[in-house]
This record gives sequence, structure tokens and C-alpha cells, in this order.
Amino acid sequence: MTELKSSIDFTKIDKILSDYGYEKTNLITVLQKVQEVYKFLPEDAITYIGDKIEGLSPATVLGVATFYAQFSLEPKGKYEIKVCDGTACHVRGSLPVLEAIKEKLPMENGKMTTKDGLFSVETVSCLGACGLAPVVVINEKVYPQMTPEAITLIIDTLMKEEGR
Amino acid sequence: MEKTALNTDIKKEQDKAQELIKKQGLRVLVCAGTGCVANGSMQVIEKFRELGADVAVLSEQDKMTTVPTGCHGFCEQGVLVTIPDLKVTYVKVKVSDVEEIFESHIKGGKPVERLLYVDPMTHNHVMDDEHINFYAKQTRTALKNCGNIDAESIDEAIAVRGYEALYNVLEENDPDKVIETIEKSGLRGRGGGGFPTGRKWRFTAANKGGKSYVVCNGDEGDPGAFMDRSVMEGDPHKLLEGIAIAAFAVGADEAYIYVRAEYPLAIKRLRKAIKDAEERNFLGNNIMGTNFNLTIHIREGAGAFVCGEETALMASIEGERGMPRPKPPFPANKGLFGRPTLINNVETLANVPVIILNGADWFNKMGTETSKGTKTFALTGEVNNTGLIEVPMGTTLRQIIFDIGGGMREGKKFKAVQIGGPSGGCLTEEHLDIPMDYDNLIKAGAMVGSGGLVVMSDKTCIVEVARFFMNFTTNESCGKCVPCREGTKNMLAILQKIVKGNGTMEDLDKLEELAEVVKAGSLCGLGKTAPNPVLSTLKYFKDEYIAHIKDKKCPAGVCKALKRIVIKEEICKGCTKCARNCPVGAIEGTVKNPHKIDQSKCIKCGACLNACPFKAIVSE
Repeated sequence: MTELKSSIDFTKIDKILSDYGYEKTNLITVLQKVQEVYKFLPEDAITYIGDKIEGLSPATVLGVATFYAQFSLEPKGKYEIKVCDGTACHVRGSLPVLEAIKEKLPMENGKMTTKDGLFSVETVSCLGACGLAPVVVINEKVYPQMTPEAITLIIDTLMKEEGR
Repeated sequence: MEKTALNTDIKKEQDKAQELIKKQGLRVLVCAGTGCVANGSMQVIEKFRELGADVAVLSEQDKMTTVPTGCHGFCEQGVLVTIPDLKVTYVKVKVSDVEEIFESHIKGGKPVERLLYVDPMTHNHVMDDEHINFYAKQTRTALKNCGNIDAESIDEAIAVRGYEALYNVLEENDPDKVIETIEKSGLRGRGGGGFPTGRKWRFTAANKGGKSYVVCNGDEGDPGAFMDRSVMEGDPHKLLEGIAIAAFAVGADEAYIYVRAEYPLAIKRLRKAIKDAEERNFLGNNIMGTNFNLTIHIREGAGAFVCGEETALMASIEGERGMPRPKPPFPANKGLFGRPTLINNVETLANVPVIILNGADWFNKMGTETSKGTKTFALTGEVNNTGLIEVPMGTTLRQIIFDIGGGMREGKKFKAVQIGGPSGGCLTEEHLDIPMDYDNLIKAGAMVGSGGLVVMSDKTCIVEVARFFMNFTTNESCGKCVPCREGTKNMLAILQKIVKGNGTMEDLDKLEELAEVVKAGSLCGLGKTAPNPVLSTLKYFKDEYIAHIKDKKCPAGVCKALKRIVIKEEICKGCTKCARNCPVGAIEGTVKNPHKIDQSKCIKCGACLNACPFKAIVSE
């Protein structure tokens, strides 16, 4: 096998792989841990994992990585904004909230992360906090009962903190 | 059969745990579920603790302890603070309110009226849960301890008879009798399908001998449902106990709990609960001194709705793409890693310990002829009291929405209720009085599903809701079956056309035709039920579809494309303000003459609406 040349530090992945015994059945957990490190799944990491775990190929790993919504093949922002668009949030107006975010944080077509890498925006289908609808989560912090005005203020504050 | 001697004395453990709770003195229960944490309950808890620890005034006998509990279910009123000894529940408590509660009520004996719940119907202040309709009209069994105990303390679970059912079962040492009890109780799968739980256990137990597994399905993917989250967060030991009893009954020694990654708090509490239970020897090897072993693993899902389907879920545990496979073979014969597997939903398993403790007859007295016991529902949408509720099977929608739910929000008019998430359907006013159970709901074109109840008002567009669900199932279709993968996509395209005002009457026939194909040609429940939201709304709200198609109007005023902004000529003074504010130059007119909007140019941004000083511009 040819040695992979990459900007990625494979020792971190090696550690994760050995923690989970190079087991095929632990693939999803391995990918979750790798994503925790890089905030996304770099292509080289996918190839590497596919080569290292017996019985898997890079193609299979990519197949798994693209199947689950949690995995991202492109880098996410420093602030990961998740707009819940579950039924309860939808009925109580999650779309205007999403529109307000998109207006505030313009992105190139088809991209989910701002150019400066500060924010990424995605919708999720239910966070199970329906009593607080509509809900937005930014880096694990839950913001209840959002309105377009409220989320704009929150983003403003975050931007200020970042000196933008 | 002879009783087995166990090395644990559960009664003694209970006494010890209850003694510990007694020593806590006045218990201040603060909800620390996902909802309340978002509203700041951690800070509230800290403040209570600070005040409670600080004050020497509180002598040993009236010591107080602040207990972070699981979800009370009434998330919208969070942060919830309950002090059972003072018979009071405070709602919407903020850190700044804590001192007042402490000084005025805990020390001074005078309740803080402004923090009491106000009944939306009578506008009266209500002191405690017994008098808050939201709670008073519920029957809580699966959720019984949620909100009453510290979810992270095994002692608190033991004090409310946690692990007593497991103890009894192990002492009797008769797996077959356990299965018999569950069969007799009439418990059916709470995840949606409603398959008789006891029968599932019996099928799996029939393959006893080699390695077998129990899998707990906590992949609560239905948007709008969060009962499993509440059980896992609020009473994790009950779930573990249910799993242990199931494993004992079917002869498994390994179990997996598959939890959505979107529920980090549930995962954290389950992990702690497993560790604590292992330390007490309620899990692990030679449980309570018997030869029953059980290891419970947690697997985090990675965000795929289809993994709620049992064969897809097992594929996911095995590290593969979560795609369903044909049945048979059923999991009971060939499941996880090719071994016999019992797979049950969280709520189902949480009912097991209670049934063992109180007996099958106690359980099957509740509910209807074919659906026994209680069911949790996540009540959300346009009602006053949203939250998690548990009621006996057979309760009517009217009781749920208008008694427990406190009626419609902001005086809006009830239009429909969507039951069972993307697999369910919409029911209308005419269904408000049917007793809800598995079979009645199917007859009405919906299903219990996981128990999401989204109440919709006249301000909710039914066609848009159908589009919403179809969009969900299209995204979540795993792609294995072509009718589901392509059919849902095409149904979505038609719905999008309709909400944009470009639909035709033939489209409605096409929708129905596609719905039949998707239903008939899909392997798993996702595809088989994906057309339900469309079919049920077509059945009960066809006029609303027609309004979108023929009149190009959205009766609820939701669909943006069908909105028209017009200037009322009789009011317009011709001030030109609107024309100057219009970003696309769609408004024509001369000074002091009525202006007009060119609908082909208008982007419906509403800038003119806000600019007009005479309220001459309206959206219709």
C-alpha cells in the first residue's frame, strides 16, 4: 500500500481506531470521534479509515459517512447553527427564523458555511425540545422560542465577540 | 418453582435510600430536562443551593435540598420548580426569582403568587400540580418518576421502588412467567407499530440457547415527539430495569440502547445510570448474586430517521448504512449480528417494571378493548399548554386538547391535529370525540405512531403541512426501494407546485396514484406510511388544495407565493412613499393619485406595507 501524503495528522485517527479495536462494527462511533476532532470528515481521513479497518474499503466508509446526516464532508463553522425544523417548530415559524439567519449570513450557493469559516447553518428535523418551539441550537446551547429579530441579535452578539 | 436466594436485599436498599431522602429535608425539585436547561435551570439550581447552604436559620429538621430532576413535561412553562412539601409548583422561574421564593415562601410561608401558573381558561392562579389541569387530567405510569426524582441518583430511583421488579423476577427465576405477565397485560409496542410486546418476547425466547440480544430503540426520529428523550433523561434506571427484565425473559446477556446523537443529555445520564447500576450489581455479571449476566451498551445514532425501523437500526449498530432489509427473517430469529434479537422501544420497556410490580390486571384495566395501559403524547403546536403528557388509551382528542392542553392559543380556531408524525395523518373536528387507540386511529386514517400531536389552527396551511412532511420523508428515504425514493420525490414536486400556485386538478389525481404506488412498493414502514399525511389531508381538506389550485389562494394566508399585496385605491393618498420604498420598482403612480402594484414584478417583501402611513396597503 502506498503511504498517504496528507496535511492531516493520522496519529489522532490511529488513537481513535485503536480505542475502538479497529472493529468494523464500531465504524459509526469512529467517524463520530474523528468528526469531533476535525469538525468534519476530511477525505483523507475517510480513505485512511477504510484502509486500516479490516473488511472495509474507503468506498464503504464514504457510503456510511454520506448516509448519516450527522456527518459532514465540508468544514463546519466555529459556530454551528442548527435550526430545528421539526413539526412543532415548523408550525410555530422556524422558516422565518432560518430566512433571517440566511439574510444575516450570506453564503455562496450550495455552501453551508460562511466564507470566513465562522458560522455554518443547517436545519435539523427535531431536537425534542418541542415545548420551546421554534428552537435554534448554537454549539450545543439551546435558544428557545426564537423569532427573526431575536436570532439576529444573537448572531450580532457572537459577531461582536469575534470582533467582526 | 423454587425461589432463588439473592445476595441483595432490595427492601433494605429501599429503606436506606428513603432514609437518605428523608435526611434531605425540604426537597426543592428543579426541572433539569433539555427544555428547562435551555431556559436557565442550572443557574436556578445553583442559586437555590447557595441560599440553602448559606442560611444557618434553617435548623437540621428544616434543612432543604435542591434536586435537579428530569423533565416534568410542561416545558413551555420552564423553569419549573416544585416543592412537594409546600404543595406548590412555580412556573417560568428565573434566577432573579429564587431569592423571593426562598425568603417569602420557604422561610416565610407565604407563596409568591406572581410565579404561580395561571389557568388559560379561568385566569386563576393555581398552586400545585393537582390543580393544574395539564397534570391533573393525566395518568402517569411510564413517566411517573420523571420530574420527581434526581435522574442522576440511583438512590432516588431505588427509593421509588427502582429495581424491585427486577429483584422479584430474579427471585422467582421463571422467565416464562414474566413473558406470560407481559402477554396478559396487553402491552403493545409504543414505538408506533403497536405489535403485542409479550408475543414478541415469546418469539425471541423460543430461540433461547445461544447468544441473543436485546435492543432498545431510542432513535426517536419523529419530528414533534420527545417522550423517549424524557424517559431517558428523567428516569434512566426505569429503562435499564425494563431492559434487564426483558433480557432475563428472553435469555439475552447483552443489550444495546440506540440513542439519537441529538439527545446528548439523555446519553450522558444513561451512561451514568449504567455505571451506577453496575456498581450496585444490578447490571453486569451475576446480577444480585444469580447467574444472570447483562452488559448494556450505548450506541449513538448519527441522524437517520429510517434507523427507527428495526432492521435498519440493527444495520446501523453493526456499523453499516442504516437500510432496512426484508422480513422474514424476523429479528426474533435472526437479528443483530445474525443472532435472535428482541427489539423494543424506550416507552415500551419503561412500562415493564410497573407491570411486573402492579400485575398484568392492574395494567389491562386501563385503556380500551384492544389497547391497554397508558400512552404518552407530545402535545405541541397551537395549544396553550404544550408538553409531554401521559393518558390512558382511549382518551379523546377533545380531552387532550381542551382540558390538558388548555384550549387553543391566542383564541385561534381549531382546524386539525396531526398525529403520528410523518407516518400519521391529520384529523379534524369530527374526530375530536373518538377514543384514541391503535385501531381507532388507523380506521380514521392516522396512527398512534410515536405519539406526536401537533395541533393546528386556521392559521396553519394544511397543504403546506403536507408538503413539510413529504419533504421530510423525501430527505429521509434511504433510497433502497425505488417507489419510495422516486415516488416521494415526485409527490413533493407536485406539492411544491401547488403551494406555489401552479398546481392543476390533474395533479391531485396524480398525487393519489403515486401515494398508492409508494405504499405498495416500499419495504419498510417509512415508505409504506410516507403518503399518509397527503392522503389524510386530501381526504379531509380537499377544498384547501382546490383553493390553492383554482382560486390561487391560501386560505390560511401562509403560502408566500399566493400572497398578494394590493393598494386600496380608496384609501391611497398618492404620497409616493411606497413607490420609493419598493426595492424592485413594482409600484407605479403619480403624486396625489392612487398607486398600483405590478403583481408580476412584486416580490412580496412587504416593504411598502410597512412604509405606508395610511394603512392603504394590505396583504391578502
